[in-house]
Amino acid sequence: MKYTGSVIKYGDNVDTDVIIPARYLNTIDKKELASHCMEDLDTTFVSRVKNGDIMVAGQNFGCGSSREHAPIAIKESGISLVIAKSFARIFYRNSINIGLGIVECPEAVDEISEGDVIEADMDNGIIYNKTTGKEYKTAPFPEFVQKIIENGGLINSIAEGIIK
Amino acid sequence: MGMTMTQKILASHAGLESVKSGQLILVNLDLVLGNDITSPVAIREFNKLGKDCVFDKDKVTMVMDHFAPNKDIKAAEQCKMCREFCDEKEVTNFYDVGQMGIEHALLPEKGLVVAGDTVIGADSHTCTYGALGAFSTGVGSTDMACGMAIGKAWFKVPSAIKFVLKGKLNKYVSGKDVILHIIGKIGVDGALYRSMEFTGEGLASLSMSDRLCIANMAIEAGAKNGIFEVDDITLDYIKEHSTKEPKIFKADDDAEYDEVIEINLSEIKSTVAFPHLPENARTFDEIGDIKIDQVVIGSCTNGRLEDLIASAEIMKGKKVAKGVRAIIIPATQEIYLKAMEMGLLKIFIESGAVVSTPTCGPCLGGHMGILAKGERAVATTNRNFVGRMGHPESEVYLASPEVAAASAITGKISSPEEVM
Repeated sequence: MKYTGSVIKYGDNVDTDVIIPARYLNTIDKKELASHCMEDLDTTFVSRVKNGDIMVAGQNFGCGSSREHAPIAIKESGISLVIAKSFARIFYRNSINIGLGIVECPEAVDEISEGDVIEADMDNGIIYNKTTGKEYKTAPFPEFVQKIIENGGLINSIAEGIIK
Repeated sequence: MGMTMTQKILASHAGLESVKSGQLILVNLDLVLGNDITSPVAIREFNKLGKDCVFDKDKVTMVMDHFAPNKDIKAAEQCKMCREFCDEKEVTNFYDVGQMGIEHALLPEKGLVVAGDTVIGADSHTCTYGALGAFSTGVGSTDMACGMAIGKAWFKVPSAIKFVLKGKLNKYVSGKDVILHIIGKIGVDGALYRSMEFTGEGLASLSMSDRLCIANMAIEAGAKNGIFEVDDITLDYIKEHSTKEPKIFKADDDAEYDEVIEINLSEIKSTVAFPHLPENARTFDEIGDIKIDQVVIGSCTNGRLEDLIASAEIMKGKKVAKGVRAIIIPATQEIYLKAMEMGLLKIFIESGAVVSTPTCGPCLGGHMGILAKGERAVATTNRNFVGRMGHPESEVYLASPEVAAASAITGKISSPEEVM
């Protein structure tokens, strides 16, 4: 799985309440959720995010609530991959389950800046920063994770008999 | 090599003799939980699987507690979707307005979880039931959907931190102070992916209410679950509330822990977590004068009868400070009724507080007590993230019911000793 996009970068402990504030959880409409993504942390996110962009963040990304609306809002907003130093466990699980690419790579996070262009080859676990020319190694997606992401999530993968 | 308490429960539910940390396993579930926010997404996903029924209609439960009683038309539609699904699938334990309470106070009270169970819930505070000696953890809606369909979930077996409790809590100090102290010590990712196991002679002095509160906030330290060793207090509680047979799992003597942390309960003081992270724990020698606009006493963390009793003891015969809105939310109908019979509601109302029907409402900035720009609240809830209770520029200070009640009276963040 290969990703190319420019970086939108945040800090540590980005919680699910800022990713999608609870006041918008009275809907399960993906587009509506995406229209409020990151609103309480960054009011400019929705207007500047482009399809394929890569979100980069610090430690414990996605901490807080179990709301799957959070990775759904991020994915629907156009973000293709999230690279963080670490993820909160429920968010991590939810992201894979809905087919949002997600990877831990602390060294890359430290050296990536807002607006850098990143190429990530997740079959081989390589993150390449085109802007700085630096390359980082990370764990590649295991095969079952690749299948889930390629098929748009766990449920689709089960329904289509890809994951049994 | 020995296993932790959590590992033993997981092994038994995976049909394995033993497991070790890092191992991926598929476990059988005793209960799958959702609420009015997470269940609609789960139902949408469940319907894609083409299943006619849930794996066991007695082992799926939905509680309409977050935006219920319905806060607006959209919330009403979400509850309706859950209601219709449970009706069609003949889900036994569907809790609607009138029967519902805040899920994590309700399920133990209804006896739906006992020691030794494995539970997933599409709500992060599902870790609460660890207080009963169960393995329970929060998941998302997709996991809930799969759980409803096949009664199974996969897990990576966690390692654990062992907390050895000793001593006894002082007056006006309760479970909330213990967990805020611990999160202050280890940080909001201090137990990331791991179990927090609580043991030691200090357990004997902790009520079920204290334990439920402590396990409830294990997620605020990033933990997969928080779990208490089962003792007579646990077994008495289960006997009183459930007809299910508890199964006791005790950690092996040679179980391996990443860390062992000793906590002397008698040294813990009233603790307040400052905005905007639960790890920003401070005691009153570091607090100073902080004026407040609202107090919320309730939630899955601190809406139990013991919390209301502690608050009423402090508020009795006193008035809520001018300019402060004090909102008291009994977590379940049964708690509400008992609080009424004990005269607690009268104490609250006479002091100038309002008493609400059970709801998660203000805790997550849903309804029933939203903050305006620049406002501050002392709340017995579990999160104080940016915008958690309303405007992104409002502030939430997390505290015990004792501190929240005292603060309602003085109009600033106050220790119980200031008013007693």
